Amino acid sequence: MKSLEELQKIKERALQRRKLSGEGSRARVVVAMGTCGIAAGARDTMTAILSELESRSITDVVVTQTGCIGLCEFEPIVQIQVGESDMVTYGKIDVGRVPELIDGHVVGGVPVAKWQVRK
Amino acid sequence: MEDVLATTDGIIDVHGADQEALVEILREVNEVSGHLSREQMQRIASRLSLPLSKVYSVASFYSLISLEPLGKHVVRFCQDAPCHVVGGQQVWEALEHELGIPFGATSLDGEWSLLTTSCIGACAVGPVMMVDSDIHGNLDPQKVREIIARYRGEERSGGIV
Amino acid sequence: MAYRAHVIISGDPQQAQPVTVALLDEIGLLGLSNEIEVLAATDLTVATPSIEAIVYPDGVHYRDLTPDNARLVATEHLLKGRPVQNLMVQEQAVEPLDEPSTKEVRVVLRNVGVINPESIDDYIAQDGYAALGKVLTEMTPDGVLAELKTSALRGRGGAGFPAWMKWTFARNAPGDQKYVVCNGDEGDPGAFMNRRVLEGDPHSVLEGMAIAAYVIGATQGYLYVRAEYPIAIRTLRVAIEQAREYGLLGKDIFGTGFCFDLEVRMGAGAFVCGEETALMESVQGNRGQPRTRPPFPATSGLWGKPTNINNVETYANVPQILLNGGAWFAAMGTEKSKGTKTFAIAGKVKRTGLIEVPLGITVREIVYDVGGGVLNDKAFKAVQTGGPLGGCIPEKHLDMPVDYESLASVGSAMGSGGFIVMDEETCMVDMARFFMEFAQEESCGKCVPCRVGTRKMLDILEAICAGKGKPGDIEALETLGRSVKIGSLCGLGQGAPNPVLSMIENFREEYEAHIYDKRCPAKVCRALIEYKIDPETCIGCTRCARNCPVNAITGIARQPHVIDPEICIRCGICAQVCPVNAVSVE
Repeated sequence: MKSLEELQKIKERALQRRKLSGEGSRARVVVAMGTCGIAAGARDTMTAILSELESRSITDVVVTQTGCIGLCEFEPIVQIQVGESDMVTYGKIDVGRVPELIDGHVVGGVPVAKWQVRK
Repeated sequence: MEDVLATTDGIIDVHGADQEALVEILREVNEVSGHLSREQMQRIASRLSLPLSKVYSVASFYSLISLEPLGKHVVRFCQDAPCHVVGGQQVWEALEHELGIPFGATSLDGEWSLLTTSCIGACAVGPVMMVDSDIHGNLDPQKVREIIARYRGEERSGGIV
Repeated sequence: MAYRAHVIISGDPQQAQPVTVALLDEIGLLGLSNEIEVLAATDLTVATPSIEAIVYPDGVHYRDLTPDNARLVATEHLLKGRPVQNLMVQEQAVEPLDEPSTKEVRVVLRNVGVINPESIDDYIAQDGYAALGKVLTEMTPDGVLAELKTSALRGRGGAGFPAWMKWTFARNAPGDQKYVVCNGDEGDPGAFMNRRVLEGDPHSVLEGMAIAAYVIGATQGYLYVRAEYPIAIRTLRVAIEQAREYGLLGKDIFGTGFCFDLEVRMGAGAFVCGEETALMESVQGNRGQPRTRPPFPATSGLWGKPTNINNVETYANVPQILLNGGAWFAAMGTEKSKGTKTFAIAGKVKRTGLIEVPLGITVREIVYDVGGGVLNDKAFKAVQTGGPLGGCIPEKHLDMPVDYESLASVGSAMGSGGFIVMDEETCMVDMARFFMEFAQEESCGKCVPCRVGTRKMLDILEAICAGKGKPGDIEALETLGRSVKIGSLCGLGQGAPNPVLSMIENFREEYEAHIYDKRCPAKVCRALIEYKIDPETCIGCTRCARNCPVNAITGIARQPHVIDPEICIRCGICAQVCPVNAVSVE
């Protein structure tokens, strides 16, 4: 890093990439993978999401991780954003709830209200 | 014995034979070998040009470094306040009862060690314990039994007595 | 044949099998074979760890089924039509809530849960490293100090020392080599604010440390993180690697000639290492025992060199202050405590987890608005702040503002941000015993008053809990507590008596009840309570008898059971497994 301009370029590139990844994909799925999330089973949830998408041959969904978002009692927490709509946060998403969640929100496009923790 | 000392040497090589790295070396040797033997401490002392007493004094200070051999599975239960107020005492007793050993002990068959850990920061899903390197949260006596049974590879099936 | 009900069982087939067998068997015994059909869900896309069942037409969903509780479902639900509440999937447990709560303000946590912590680009996209760039290319060290002074940022590790003063001391101290150290040895039980910052936004800490290094003239930094945080350590190492690749750590940063690099040091399990001088001993590879102060780290820290040491949260605030200006930061908080503070809410509260609020918010707002109130709507008793070295805040101070001075004035402390809520079922003698056990265990042994005094205080507290308290015990605890406080070198010894002293001050009658009436008002202390089964409520399901570890419970199936108080060890398992809440504590 030699100058402020260089930093600015990286910033623009990162913002651009974030926008592009939003355009090319139908949805973004974020799993909270802090210690509390992992203690509550977030690793299994992440694996289940990936295999669920794979078994349905869905390739245009971006799955990423983030740190603990602070609603630790609701772990494992999964956030889903379809297209330009608002990010929806779900709580207590264990492995058993993954298929219905993917089916309802990612495939069907309708948030699964019963597991939602943030309006 | 040779193997263990070779491993110890390998770890010293990674960190450098420098007193500055003593805590890191001790912790890592302990992690790989399960505990720290007198021979390993002697090796570390001679490689780092320190008296054995110095190595021993540092090793005995830190709770994550064990000078006694531990069991095949090590259970570390969080004994701190947030876990205590949400039912830690019952879980604590269930663990002692289930494993048949008091806290701080290793079972005679060498299978289990029951230790405590300080807070691992997963308080919102407490009570919490670590079995080897896995963290288990939201514990109660029933869940403790199921988890221990899973590690024992037992399938429990019962019926009305 | 038409059945009146269907039970569909799902889960891993091998594990589900004994459950199905038990259920069928019980249905047969009850003579319901012609009325109820049991089906296995064969089309399982994902193997769930739990064996679940849905009963139709009621639509009741059970989970975590075992052969035992499957039989219970048969007798209670299928025969008597009473769904077994505590086996049911509690869908309503996840209530919709607005978050962040309107009382929260995110400065330190602004990126946590928003960015991918393993992507430096994500951090840069959120103006990451812009503060470092601005500082290095446009500001003098004195300019940074002036901005920090305007912000009035105080140390977030607990003591609340103004950051700009600490940095000034280290800057002015003569020395050829200087260091910056980040204290990530977050040891207070129930406090996990720093873990979350390190796991969720590691670069903000790195950037804050680099700015500190520029100001005081350091080229090397150490991040000391406790070994109990393996994920935080891994995330930090990734972050440091990425920052090095971009040249944000290393040589000639931003082409200014400024050089700075960082190393992560892992603890090995010693609470006292959170004390700054003990931490530096540990970094140097020694026993983590505190040093006598003065000299302070600013003049003689790591290897005797001038060292600036701050907490994770303090550093994470710095880039934001420099980007938005000290005045922006100082606009939040109270007169003497500016900015925001993260707290970890735990214990008997509805919403546990992490929050960030402006300082000056009241205890009531944190417990009831942000935390959602006391769990199960029990009565509030107190909040423990400042961890095992802090004190409790009783109900009468609920409307007190949370800032450094107010907390200290009632015998508690800010500490690093632990916030443990206690309700009417928490025994204040038991809690004090508990914290004292912690302090006694973690005392490094260097100072005699701490080493011996905490042991003596613990002995007295244990006796009181065991029903062996005697007149004079409370006074002895008070005298000992004062001696330990004044006779110890570091914060551990100086703080260890705080919980018991503040609990005696606020809940003296509870101590007296234990000592004089041999009664534990909160029904916690084993020696002073008894478990009983209500014969009216008991359905004779035998679960308690089968789960009792000492066989203290007797009774015939389907008839009320009885606990023998002589054998009972008061473990409470019977109360926990009882499906109809027939077990009570007296």
